[in-house]
Amino acid sequence: MAGEKSGKDIIKQMQDIAVKIYNTILKKENPSVNIPLRSLNNVKYDEKEGYFELIGKEKERTLTASTAKTFAQTLRMMAMSKDLIKSDDIATKREAYYISKNWGDAKFLEQPESDNVMDDIEAMLMTNREQIGFVPEEKGGAVAGQLVVIDKDENGKELKIDCTKFGSGAYSVPVSVEHLRFETKAEFILAIETAGMFQRLVKHNYWKKANCILVSMGGVPTRACRRFIRRLADDKKLPVYVFTDGDPYGFFSIYRTLKVGSGNAAHINEYFCVPQAKFIGITPQDIIDYKLPTHPLKEVDKKKIKDVIKNDPFCIHSKEWQKALKQLADMGKRAEQQALAQHGLNFVISDYLPQKLKNQKTWLP
Amino acid sequence: MAQTTLGENTEDNKIKAVELAKAQREIGVAEFFAKNRHLLGFDNKRKALLTTIKEAVDNSLDACEEAEILPEIQVEIIEIADEKFRIIIEDNGPGIVKKQIPKIFAKLLYGSKFHQRRQSRGQQGIGISAAVMYAQLTTGKPAKILSKIAKDRPATYMELMLDTKTNNPLIKAEEEKDWPEKEHGTRIEMDIEGSYQKGDQSVDQYLKETAIVNPHTTIIYTNPKAEQIIFPRATEVKPRKAQEIKLHPYGVELGILLDMMHATETRTLQAFFTTEFSRVGPNTAKEICSNAAILPNMKPNEVSRETAEKIIAAIKKTKIIAPPTDCIVPIGEELLEKGLKKEVNAEFYAACSRPASVYRGNPFVIECAIAYGGDQPAEEPMTVLRFANKVPLLFQQGACAVTKSLIGTNWRSYGLSQSTGALPMAPITIVIHIASVWVPFTSESKEAIAHYPEIIKEVKLAVQECGRKLSSYIYKKKRIGEELKKRGYIEKYIPHIAEALKELVDNKDYQTENVETSLKEILERKRGEIEDIEADNQEFDESFANIGKKEKKPKKEGEEAEESTDEDTD
Repeated sequence: MAGEKSGKDIIKQMQDIAVKIYNTILKKENPSVNIPLRSLNNVKYDEKEGYFELIGKEKERTLTASTAKTFAQTLRMMAMSKDLIKSDDIATKREAYYISKNWGDAKFLEQPESDNVMDDIEAMLMTNREQIGFVPEEKGGAVAGQLVVIDKDENGKELKIDCTKFGSGAYSVPVSVEHLRFETKAEFILAIETAGMFQRLVKHNYWKKANCILVSMGGVPTRACRRFIRRLADDKKLPVYVFTDGDPYGFFSIYRTLKVGSGNAAHINEYFCVPQAKFIGITPQDIIDYKLPTHPLKEVDKKKIKDVIKNDPFCIHSKEWQKALKQLADMGKRAEQQALAQHGLNFVISDYLPQKLKNQKTWLP
Repeated sequence: MAQTTLGENTEDNKIKAVELAKAQREIGVAEFFAKNRHLLGFDNKRKALLTTIKEAVDNSLDACEEAEILPEIQVEIIEIADEKFRIIIEDNGPGIVKKQIPKIFAKLLYGSKFHQRRQSRGQQGIGISAAVMYAQLTTGKPAKILSKIAKDRPATYMELMLDTKTNNPLIKAEEEKDWPEKEHGTRIEMDIEGSYQKGDQSVDQYLKETAIVNPHTTIIYTNPKAEQIIFPRATEVKPRKAQEIKLHPYGVELGILLDMMHATETRTLQAFFTTEFSRVGPNTAKEICSNAAILPNMKPNEVSRETAEKIIAAIKKTKIIAPPTDCIVPIGEELLEKGLKKEVNAEFYAACSRPASVYRGNPFVIECAIAYGGDQPAEEPMTVLRFANKVPLLFQQGACAVTKSLIGTNWRSYGLSQSTGALPMAPITIVIHIASVWVPFTSESKEAIAHYPEIIKEVKLAVQECGRKLSSYIYKKKRIGEELKKRGYIEKYIPHIAEALKELVDNKDYQTENVETSLKEILERKRGEIEDIEADNQEFDESFANIGKKEKKPKKEGEEAEESTDEDTD
């Protein structure tokens, strides 16, 4: 990964922070740490770069009565990370939470607390959580189609995985993808929101017909999934098409996160985004053109549309998306991927996807 | 036909009127009160015992104060038969001259205080003679009085009864006696029907509260169980003698004005106003006259009722300085708080003595003291101790202006819980004292203060002043509680910070202890000193506080019913 730091670099970085705090305390002054603000308020979208970039807002965590606990937890978590890197081990986010149970009064009561402190350290060090020894619990996504993944076995020996040979199953993206290499003759990557739609396309060998690689994101793509698609697309110069439900969640939680990254992980968006991604459906216009059965927009959907139009830097940047969201809001309706089954179970393979891929005008940026 | 009927009726009426006239006659004042003894505080046996003692003690205190003597009062209650008690009250007051004794003790509405405009406990001249009358009505025995006015004079002994028809004293016996142990003083002995109980509205409680607000007094009390309780005086300083003042024009009513104008020796209206009223000089007198459109040299006894009405209206229009207030003798913040400290073991005390104010031309002063927290129950309504001219008011709390003010005060803003229309639920004892040349009671038994807006307002202001001090204490207490919690919090996490730093810094010379002490210093320097707010009331006297409290003993059968009726009197 470009700009990746070695374990040594990271330990040095953590020690520098600790020594600074140590010296401040011995001088009998109030110690503090600066952590980049992890939110959409602290990012900007630059089309040339293609992802959300930090604009440098920081929160200062000064040691006071009310921050004493979090302050102690942040330092203990850093110490835990240091041990992990030194012993070349990893801990899942859940495991890290359980390790904290040895800390007595400083233990975390719920996992979201420990996840949050972990994200803070990550942002503070401007690194990726895998590099500080922590890995997520969730899978990275499923892959099927014209792709050979080159991994290593436990002895470091090369291992070739042919993604055409999983039958009705799929290759599972590992939590860390930096060491993977790829061989492919596919023409594009199709990233799909739901496991159900992925299943249908796999069962009917859509990848063979369209000569592509299918990736199931299973909702909002994990970091590993995003990084996998990015590396593959960069490496093999492949276009990436994204296929989600026609609702605000599909557009701005799934698609936007994949393409430009998130506010929460702004410090690593550079590596965890897929700027070449294009949205091929389901667009609000598709709902009309394909006469799709719909559901009314839920309250959360309406709220999300308003929020996105007002606050999401990517949406603010994109006239097409603003238009699409307004169109959806005016219709007051949403449509799921599966709604295409209205026109026959394999309508999506025989008609929808070929038509969409052919006609760039029906895409969204 | 109709006329006949009418005529018959008229004749019938005439005859009936004649019949009725035979039964119509003057009602003697003593007769009236004998029938309406509840108006004077003799509603039931328990209250009668208390009222009898209260009237005698109030008189003794007034007499001593007037003669500028430090009072020493002995109160003895002896159970002579079932529900029959002998009451003996003896003081070291100035004594009473022989001629006056019968009237003072055996004639209702006779006394010196009614016509005086001066702060005193007694007002109407009813109290002690009502007690004598009650004794004779319930036991048939005369009151025995012994009084001595000087060292070298013999004491006068009298046995007195009261003719309820004519309201005149009946002297049953009279002789001169030696009373060598007293230089001067008065002793009264009465046998009455009564009931002795401890508790909130008991003799014990009354005497204790009297001691609280009269710290210059010594009371030696022997109860029916032959237990002697001594309330020693807490100060040798006599309270300032109350000055008599003249009526202020704002307090005068038409009838009184007419009476005064006919009785006056002055010859012009201007002289009448300047002589008979307080705060009226020649200019003010002239202004009143000009506002009434009459001449200042008019003769007062020639003023008609119509003109008098004009004068009343003119007085209201004229700006007159408030009456002088040096006639009021308040207890004072310091003594009030000291008394409360003896009675209640609390964490926080505050007291406030308001400047004098005026209702209907009568100056008055409201004083308030408050005791918060400590041993007091938090889930019960606040305890209210009411006093009027240094006399405890034990009954009719609900009907009293003081209670109305307390309920109308927003205690929630001082951090206490209070339902609308109720006293706050808080660990508080509050003392309210009204001192006035004329305390407006709702009845002759002097149990509750009438609802004059001026009085209600002043009580509220006094309470608010104490309340503000209290709320800053409550706030401080809360803040310190939170602060202690925060400090505990800091100390909890300091070792973790030190531990994690040690692991991260990875230096052999790492100074764990130094880090911990420095951290403590840093965090505490920011937080400052904590004040100590422990309750530390040196003046609390537990045995004193327990006087008058109900004893926890199994009750005899049949007592239950009477007690519950007693409770209703409040």
